Parts: sequence; C-alpha cells; structure tokens
Amino acid sequence: MLHTVNKSPFERNSLERCLQYAKKGSAILLIEDGVYGALKGTAVTDKVKKAMKNVSIYALYPDIEARGMQDKAIDGIRLVDYGGFVDLVAEHRNVHSWL
Amino acid sequence: MSETTGGVEMDEDVSGVIKKFLYVNRKAPYGTIYALESLEVVLIAAAFDQDVSLVFLDDGVYQLAKGQHTKTIDVKNFSPTYRALEGYDIEKLYVEKESLEARGLTAEDLIVPVTLLPAAEMAELMDGQDIVLSF
Repeated sequence: MLHTVNKSPFERNSLERCLQYAKKGSAILLIEDGVYGALKGTAVTDKVKKAMKNVSIYALYPDIEARGMQDKAIDGIRLVDYGGFVDLVAEHRNVHSWL
Repeated sequence: MSETTGGVEMDEDVSGVIKKFLYVNRKAPYGTIYALESLEVVLIAAAFDQDVSLVFLDDGVYQLAKGQHTKTIDVKNFSPTYRALEGYDIEKLYVEKESLEARGLTAEDLIVPVTLLPAAEMAELMDGQDIVLSF
C-alpha cells in the first residue's frame, strides 16, 4: 500500500497516524504541507527515522523546493518529482490519502 | 424482443466486478463537512453493490455518538443515517478501540453496533482493500 500525507505534522496528526498504520514494506509519500514531516532537526524527525527501518519514505521535491526547504530533507528519504509520484501510485496495489 | 440477448450480456458485464471499498472517517461530525460528505458517498457506492466497509478513527468516532441534537445549531442531524445503512447492506462498521477509549467512550455510547478493532488489526483491514477513501 502507498500512503500519502499532505498536512504538516505540526498542525494535524495525519503523519503520526499514518506512521502507526503503515505496515512493513509499504511506502509513504509526503506532499504539499506534508513535506514538513520530511525534514531534519524537527520534533518529528526521530519518529520518521524510526519508521524508515520498515517503510520507504518519499517526499515530493517540488513541494520541498517551493517551501525553501531544499537540503533539509532527512538522509534516506527519497525525493521524487511528479513522474515519480505517478510511478509510486502505479507500483502499489492501493493508495490511502490521509487527510 | 425476448430473443435479443445483447442487453442481458451487457447487464452481466456491468455487475461483474465487486471491489472492496473502505471509507476512513477521522473527523468530528459538525465542525467540518467531511463526515456528512463521507456518508453521501457511502450511500452512492452502496447503490453500485460494492463490498463496503466503514472505519472510524480519531475524532471520527464522535460521528457515531448517541444523543445528537442539532436543532440549536441549525444543521441537519445526520446521525440517524448510520442506523439506516443496514438497509443498504452496509453492515461492516469498525471503530478503532484506542480512539474510542482516548475519548472516554465505549461501544454503549454509539448509535449503531460496531466491531471494535485495535489499530494493528485495523491496519490489516486497510491493507486488504481495493479502494480506500479518506474523510
């Protein structure tokens, strides 16, 4: 399963719940304000890093760049463009867009 | 025109595929429009004879609270609709145990019978779906 999260982890609990629900081997793509969850040195960084042992985490680079957060992504988070977004959707059997 | 079989075949094609639809409800009922919209979409899907399940997580559990009276806020109380779902063959309602407990509620406080599932089992249920729609 592919999970997408589009809200800041500092505004909503979507990322936290998604990390709890994502099963081993699944993928999480952070988009829009969700990309704030992909950054180093934040209050949620450790939680995200821990989750990366079991799930693949991606972030949409255009959204990171738009917010001036280039170079701040956690090492190991894979940055994708829109084409990569499409590939992720196509590669997974189902998608859950957390609100 | 009973010798015409074309129409019959078309009917079979249309009704052939049944997918597993899961509706994830995570918002309280009246602060935003999500809960009501979810219910509308659930009823539409039911008309297409799909395999429908509803789950309630986080503040979504408040949607099922008994005793909702909305006259004084001048909006429609849609909570009785959850009781009508059975009539549309929607009988799979799941509530996350942790969310309910965190809000000091029990299954007794809910307007319909539900299956309580811990988050880990809920994750399994989610994984097994064809389509997941989040509200």
